[in-house]
Amino acid sequence: MSEDKNTREPMFSAKIVKILTRPFNLENPITVQVLGICSALAVTVQMKPAIVMALSVTVVTAFSNLIISTLRNTIPSRIRIIVQLVVVAALVIIVDQVLKAYVYDVSKKLSVFVGLIITNCILMGRLEAFAMAQKPWPSFVDGIGNGIGYGLILITVGFFRELLGSGKIFGIDVVPQFLYDAGYVSNGLMILPPMALITIGVIIWLQRSKNRELIDKS
Amino acid sequence: MKALRKLLDNIKPHVQPGGKFEKFHSTFDAFETFLFVPNTVTHKGSHIRDSIDLKRTMSVVVIALIPALLFGMYNVGYWHFASLGQEVSFMQTFTFGLLKVLPLVIVSYVSGLGVEFIFAQVRGHEVNEGFLVTGMLIPLVMPVDVPLWMVAVATIFAVTIGKEAFGGTGMNVFNPALLARAFVFFAYPAKITGDYIWTAGLSGGTGIIDGFSGATPLGLASAGQMDKIPAINELLLGFIPGSIGETSKIAILIGAAILLLTGVGSWRIMLSGLLGGLSMTLIFNAAGANAYMELSPMTQILMGSFLFGIVFMATDPVTAAQTSRGKWIYGFLVGMFAIMIRVFNPAYPEGTMLAILLMNAFAPLIDHYVIEANISKRLKRALKASNS
Repeated sequence: MSEDKNTREPMFSAKIVKILTRPFNLENPITVQVLGICSALAVTVQMKPAIVMALSVTVVTAFSNLIISTLRNTIPSRIRIIVQLVVVAALVIIVDQVLKAYVYDVSKKLSVFVGLIITNCILMGRLEAFAMAQKPWPSFVDGIGNGIGYGLILITVGFFRELLGSGKIFGIDVVPQFLYDAGYVSNGLMILPPMALITIGVIIWLQRSKNRELIDKS
Repeated sequence: MKALRKLLDNIKPHVQPGGKFEKFHSTFDAFETFLFVPNTVTHKGSHIRDSIDLKRTMSVVVIALIPALLFGMYNVGYWHFASLGQEVSFMQTFTFGLLKVLPLVIVSYVSGLGVEFIFAQVRGHEVNEGFLVTGMLIPLVMPVDVPLWMVAVATIFAVTIGKEAFGGTGMNVFNPALLARAFVFFAYPAKITGDYIWTAGLSGGTGIIDGFSGATPLGLASAGQMDKIPAINELLLGFIPGSIGETSKIAILIGAAILLLTGVGSWRIMLSGLLGGLSMTLIFNAAGANAYMELSPMTQILMGSFLFGIVFMATDPVTAAQTSRGKWIYGFLVGMFAIMIRVFNPAYPEGTMLAILLMNAFAPLIDHYVIEANISKRLKRALKASNS
């Protein structure tokens, strides 16, 4: 906020790139901030819904960040949550309608979870913590970054759950038939929600053993 | 013995810090302390001296499991040849069972200890001794026809997620052996429920005699065929289909006697578990809503893995309640839930596993309230004494 309004920053300065990439790893919304866990558990049985969900969330976070950031100076702080919710809800409805129009089967699989993007903690977190205090362009980039950070985890979890749980990737069989003939059975536990939680737990474990500064000191 | 000691002493300098193979220090340490009681003592601070350490305690449990294991081996052979309608000698029966069960035991130990050793190496810890018992329990709670790779996957999962993620032996919330079984139960349900998996070679086998079903007493009970459930003495002796270690109640009682005489297993948990199971059955008898509820208490207790669970699983010192009063509550609830789940829920013919895992989660809470109650009781007493 301190810089002069007239000096224009380049579109992709080092600062912007950092805003974009921080959420991928060190500030990942799921594994570090532990936000948006509910949908991460619910839609990761297969890859396709996971990717669609990740895209939806990215679009909604990016544009709600952009809109709220543009409005930030005119929103009275007492009613800011309501205003944020109206913006998010409108965007979610648009996304939901688009999904219904173009990928109806996936939209049915995602069912209420598209609607529940409204209550996704990542959104409110980014709006409150970032968009309310930053200019539109960094806010937009931050929204995209967080959407991708969320999506990376979703897709990783979805990959392992679909591969181990049903032996498929994007609905295509990848486990060769001779393995089934030799007695291989897909792991039914991977399809159940507890295993999504455990998979995310393992990702957090691996991430923290790589980045030791993330380990909570207590 | 002397030769063994000498061999260890020869290797020792190489694996000490600074030696050629110092990376394998924890591996060497694991074997050395398993074979010989370590001669190191604590030098400062107060400490309790006992003639046995954790590794020896665990060995007692393994010894207590041997009768169930041996009978399980014989029973596997017995049912295999019964399904074929053949009469064979005792030795042949036992050898068949031995060859079926031994791979399960080996796979369980190799995969579980493999994980333990890897974690010990990476973290620079000693190897934890807890797996000695877990590795023996896992094959005993599996049906004989379970594929070996499933045992390996389940063991690795149970040790990694159930134990190492929490910090290793002594820190785990859930009993790792039961976790391994629960993993197979939910991940590969076809391989651990039903009538065909309890007898070696029954599914897809040829030459099975007519009318042989291979159903366990619990399977019969949940199917409503109460008249086909074996008589009490058969349940007691154990010539019934079931998981490898659970069938013979005599063998389990021998194991229980060993645990109780050596003081390794908690008598409070065993007794209260039994009482819990009995009282639940009596409540069901009084309600009498269906044929399953009307089964006699004796049959309920002797069916399935109830006794095995109460004696060997619920008494696990790490996952059970720690306080004496907590143990009574914990054991009683394990017994009650075990019978309740098996009668009420047709999807889970046996409730012991789920009951113990559930109570494992609640054991710390039970302990917390027992301790709180004790503190407030003593505070009151102290206040009273100071007031008078």
